[in-house]
Amino acid sequence: MSTRKRILLAASFVLATTAGVSLAETPHLGKPVDEAAISSWDISILPDGTGLPKGSGTSAQGAPIFAEKCSACHGDNAKGGLAGALVEEKKISGISASQKTIKNFWPYATTVFDFIRRAMPFNMPRSLSDDEVYALTAYILAENKLIGANDTMNAETLPKVKMPNRDNFIIRFPDRI
Amino acid sequence: MNKSANRNAGKSNQDLPVVAGNGLIDRRALLGRGVILAGAVGAGIGPSAAGAEPLADDPWSLEIGEATPPYQMRSKFEAKVVRTLSNPNNEPRNSHARTPHHLLEGTTTPNGLHFTINHGGIPVIDPDKHRLVIHGLVKQPLEFSLEALSRYPQVSRVSFLECGGNSAPMFSPEPMQESVQALHGLVSCAEWTGVKLSTLLEETGIDPNAKWLVAEGADSPHLSRSVPVKKALDDAMIALYQNGERLMPGNGYPMRLLLPGYEGNMNVKFLRRLKLVEQPAMSMYESRTYSQILPDGKAYRFYFLQEVKSFITSPSHGMALKGPGLYEISGIAYSGTGRIEKVMVSADGGKSWAQAALQEPVQSKAFTRFRMPWRWDGGPATLQSRAWDEAGNVQPTRAEFVAVRGELTKPPPVLAFPNQHYNSITSWGVASNGEVKHVYA
Repeated sequence: MSTRKRILLAASFVLATTAGVSLAETPHLGKPVDEAAISSWDISILPDGTGLPKGSGTSAQGAPIFAEKCSACHGDNAKGGLAGALVEEKKISGISASQKTIKNFWPYATTVFDFIRRAMPFNMPRSLSDDEVYALTAYILAENKLIGANDTMNAETLPKVKMPNRDNFIIRFPDRI
Repeated sequence: MNKSANRNAGKSNQDLPVVAGNGLIDRRALLGRGVILAGAVGAGIGPSAAGAEPLADDPWSLEIGEATPPYQMRSKFEAKVVRTLSNPNNEPRNSHARTPHHLLEGTTTPNGLHFTINHGGIPVIDPDKHRLVIHGLVKQPLEFSLEALSRYPQVSRVSFLECGGNSAPMFSPEPMQESVQALHGLVSCAEWTGVKLSTLLEETGIDPNAKWLVAEGADSPHLSRSVPVKKALDDAMIALYQNGERLMPGNGYPMRLLLPGYEGNMNVKFLRRLKLVEQPAMSMYESRTYSQILPDGKAYRFYFLQEVKSFITSPSHGMALKGPGLYEISGIAYSGTGRIEKVMVSADGGKSWAQAALQEPVQSKAFTRFRMPWRWDGGPATLQSRAWDEAGNVQPTRAEFVAVRGELTKPPPVLAFPNQHYNSITSWGVASNGEVKHVYA
């Protein structure tokens, strides 16, 4: 190989690497883990129900849990207190976020389960069992008349709950997705 | 002698090239022509040297100073330069701390004054025990310690961070009489150093079906946001350092996701998990909180971008000008879509405009400081700034913005942010007595 060709080859390698083509050498200091080891952390729920755990609950089961663990902030029967109301009957009027309720705005019922499980109760997150989270989700959805009073919420039924505002959103910058 | 000097300065003052209404002076007067400005400041109203007290040594010049501390703090005389807090007693709700832009200069927000919003207090994280896991639709899930990440190639970039709800009081139907800190304090700018997320994803490998990453923090609400893989492979970073030192606890210690130009809430702090998935998780913050209602009742989803914006930090609401003369208008401009191209300033409520000087270096998705010399004649003035970015985006006027996005029917609580992604023009009204107030113009 001529010197000139070698220089060209070296130059093209530099171009290839700086253009983002995979470098052979990265540090590889991450520790391989399997999904089983991550499962206790993996609380991601997708709107199609992916990630929902086993277990189930009904509104009747959720009501006493709500009274014990949630009503101090969210008020009796989830009508609001120190923290916002979770059961509210109103139409959106104007552009303030204060207009948003679970019933008139939230597009997916899975988000109710997801948020309770990851963040509630505020002072003791991750302390509820999955059955309790299903029961509280059922309670909030039933009180909002989004499901029947006796419906059971589980990994099958929760993603199928039809939320009234689901199709009322505009993706702001589709080319960024 | 003195009279003569004043007369000469007065001549320079008159010579300063006025380029727009109400006393805006060519920005080039700022650049390399300091002598002219210095002379002009003294014109007419300058103090006389006659009868001045002779200079004397102050006590601090006559005694040994204080000991040098291992970690130095600012002067005690700067104690009033602080963030304003929404929840000082850590009651069970979120907490905001706003940056005092009117008391700062340049483009770097000091770490102690960077804005923060925390949704369940600030976790006290042992950096040796913290882990970041990347899993889901990858070839090999990996777990990284802080020590391991610190051995990866580090990159630094200056980036602003802005809460999607910054400037929410501007949706009020009448101008709220609040400082630039209250109105625009949920944005700051720092140099962030860490590992490019694309480097880590190269090691885990990405399943072609993966379109989103669900990011999650180790804080008590386990705050979670969905981020397009597109952004992750572009300029996303796992930030470990803030202005050269480890992240502040309130800014995500020991590691956070940094998505330059994207709304603050997506830049997940205390980052512990990234799961690659096919569809967004529709977490509460993306499907409810940061989905802005529009006047027709529909709502935006996945706004992401913090669009081109600017505001004047001095003079600004709450300040008082001390008599007619020369002032420097100073402010901040930034855009989530690139570099600031130019900033125009008006002193007559938008009737005429002049181009401001931009402080170099002008960096992409970072604060850019603009400055404009202004001779206030003592009459009413309305100061405005308007920014353009390199992508061709222009900051809208308030009328243009409200026509599309609407406004509230009554003023909101100033500490709440019931609306998001406000980026239109801010106006400061200067009254004849020198008082500066927030106005709509």
